[in-house]
Amino acid sequence: MTSQDLTEIAEQARTWLEETWDPDRDLVAWRNLLADSGWGVPQWPKQWFGRDMNSAESAVVEQALASLDVVGVAKSGIRMLAAATLLEHGTDEQKKQFLRGILTGQENWCQLFSEPGSGSDLAGAITRADKDGDRWIVNGQKVWTTSAHHADWGLLLARTDWDEPKHRGLTYFVIDMHQPGVRVSPLRQMNHHASFNEVFMTDAHVEAQHQVGSLGSGWQVALTTLAHERRGADGLRSPGVAMDIKARRTGRIYQQEQVEIETVMEPYKWYPQRAGRVDLVLPRAIETGRVNDPAVVQELAKLIIMARSAQWTAKRARAAQQAGRKQGPEGSLGKLAASNVAKLAARVHTLIAGADAMLEGADAPLEGLIAEILMSTPAVSIAGGTDEIQRNIISERVLGMPKEPRSDTGPFRDVRRN
Amino acid sequence: MNTVTDIQFQFTDEHQQFRESLRRFLKDTSAVTSVRSLMETESGYDQQVWQRLNGELGLQGLIVPEQYGGSGFGMMEMGIAMEEMGRALYCGPFFSSSVMAVTAIDLIASEDQKLRWLPQIASGDMIAALAVAESSDSDLLTSVQTCVAAADDDEGYRLTGNKRFVVSGCQADLLLVVARLPGTSGLAGLSVFAVSADAPGLSRRGLSVMDRTRKQAELQLDQTPAELIGHYGQAGRKLQMVLDLAAIALANEMVGGAEKLLQDTLDYTRLRVQFGRTIGSFQAIKHRCTDLLLAVELAKSAAYFAAESAGRDMGTLAVDASIAKAQASEVYLLAALETIQLHGGIGFTWENDTHLWFKRAKSSEVLLGDPVWHRARLVKELVSESGGQL
Repeated sequence: MTSQDLTEIAEQARTWLEETWDPDRDLVAWRNLLADSGWGVPQWPKQWFGRDMNSAESAVVEQALASLDVVGVAKSGIRMLAAATLLEHGTDEQKKQFLRGILTGQENWCQLFSEPGSGSDLAGAITRADKDGDRWIVNGQKVWTTSAHHADWGLLLARTDWDEPKHRGLTYFVIDMHQPGVRVSPLRQMNHHASFNEVFMTDAHVEAQHQVGSLGSGWQVALTTLAHERRGADGLRSPGVAMDIKARRTGRIYQQEQVEIETVMEPYKWYPQRAGRVDLVLPRAIETGRVNDPAVVQELAKLIIMARSAQWTAKRARAAQQAGRKQGPEGSLGKLAASNVAKLAARVHTLIAGADAMLEGADAPLEGLIAEILMSTPAVSIAGGTDEIQRNIISERVLGMPKEPRSDTGPFRDVRRN
Repeated sequence: MNTVTDIQFQFTDEHQQFRESLRRFLKDTSAVTSVRSLMETESGYDQQVWQRLNGELGLQGLIVPEQYGGSGFGMMEMGIAMEEMGRALYCGPFFSSSVMAVTAIDLIASEDQKLRWLPQIASGDMIAALAVAESSDSDLLTSVQTCVAAADDDEGYRLTGNKRFVVSGCQADLLLVVARLPGTSGLAGLSVFAVSADAPGLSRRGLSVMDRTRKQAELQLDQTPAELIGHYGQAGRKLQMVLDLAAIALANEMVGGAEKLLQDTLDYTRLRVQFGRTIGSFQAIKHRCTDLLLAVELAKSAAYFAAESAGRDMGTLAVDASIAKAQASEVYLLAALETIQLHGGIGFTWENDTHLWFKRAKSSEVLLGDPVWHRARLVKELVSESGGQL
């Protein structure tokens, strides 16, 4: 990939945008244009709203969009995980039915993987799907389901065969969340938000054509979803900052986007705080005068060093990807690094706040934002795969270390469970 | 996000080839058995290998500009060279002569002096060393007390004082000595002087160092004749840059050593059987190795970024150097301690090689400023960048 090609791509994108982009357009109409032109998700295949571009090329397009303050396709939340999974494993009918709604933001998604009895051991799911003529009947309970209360569709992992070993008895489905057999109940979190839900399925229905991948291949399909989830956790994205900027612009489309941010995106409002808000640490230390305390300075420096190194590591991984090289270990470490950064950030925010760290809400520093950081960071080492599971994965896949001996390899029916 | 910057986080194919050929060379010439025997000698290195390093790879002149007989490469290439040397625990006076001294001469010396010294250093025929530290203080430059006086006969200058922790100080033909004008403090009033190894009034003594693979010396200067390098009393800021570039090179060396230790540990956990299985199959061990991998990769990123950035933007040199050095210091030592721990009792023996890297890690941790000093300086720099003051 020469830089000349990249410049040409940037030119093309900009030309199209200059002709087409208008901040007074309707949000959904605009996103339909983005989808049909292929400029919204250029890294997707040509026949499915993309342009077959590699990541270096699509990064250039993304820059062009950002430079003109263009509203992009809906990317928030689980929708991109759904899209990635459907692009890889879905049938053409499924892609036709779902992909456009994902890009326009008209349909929302959630991920029905974790269960009360299987968290880290996701493949131990016991939600069951039983074939009944032309459809599946689903019974069971899912948990930690982000945005289930906004979702139109769910990515469902369910057991279809109890005699196979546990990883081979699962099948992947898309389930309609708007039906009497599906009940969503919010979970209040320790940081006051309620982004997660419990989802109860009682004789819920899934149409046969909404099975994704072959019968019994659910675990393989779920791995695609999980890989995309972890890739998104390298700390290079910061939705919080983007939200602030977008609030200041004028135009009908921005207003509509703002509504989306305040409703569908609401569950993600605290995610920047969950990541530790390293950006606030130095200004806060200066403002409070704590930067004159040598002990605070040491911890502050450790945090800045770790955060910057983590960012550079993520960039190394991305650069390797863009250059078409095989990624080194740096590519798998982003989530664990981000988790360490968040934990240290909470420590440093506490050091800076001193006794103020006891307060929340209006009495607390930055109207409660610091308290929200302190109450939210414990989630970062759990959500999307605990640190411990990440360490297992990295040690086995990257370092090539052996697996622990297992006691769950027989027919799932006989495996001990909660 | 700037795409151009992203691409710079990647080594080129030429870089990879350079790395591989140097790694092969060091595998042949700096095997741990030779390291062990060389570290017990007085000079501490193999003269023949030193010559081959120049003859086959032209390494001594890696960052010497081409007009002075070098290859004219930058810190990124130097970072690769140092990383590989750190991996192999190479014992020659490369860091002292080809990094510290070359950088000092290149940044501070006059044209005439560069023409006199750089070609000889680039060919490996002359070994030079930079003498800055005098005490155990991490703030190397402000703690300089060695004094300069004009010679009685008006011919040059005379230096009086003591230098410690002079890397390869006993091996050097040319000593670059930092001294200050009487009555000055901080970075003000500092100059660099060239002192010949056989100058009258100079005595050198090898320090008894824990890391025998990197020799250090103590210098005593008593009215020692010296030649001024650059401008009189104005080298402070440039010297800080020299030390920062040296710290970046050292950080790259350190991550090479740390990665080697991680590899040793992984190899051992694959072989060692306890409780009927290899210890590498226990989660307790797997998680520690993963945490070490993460630490090593973060330190590599900081070291690589600092080396790359030094060739592009000297404005952030102090910040980049302190991040890289503080991080590498902690991680190299951690890697050494984890390697010893995960080897169990055998890791604590003289026979096991780990202690050689442990000692290099310990020495590098506090050479050119310990991590506490670098962290304090980092925050000071960042605060002043943001318009504040400490």
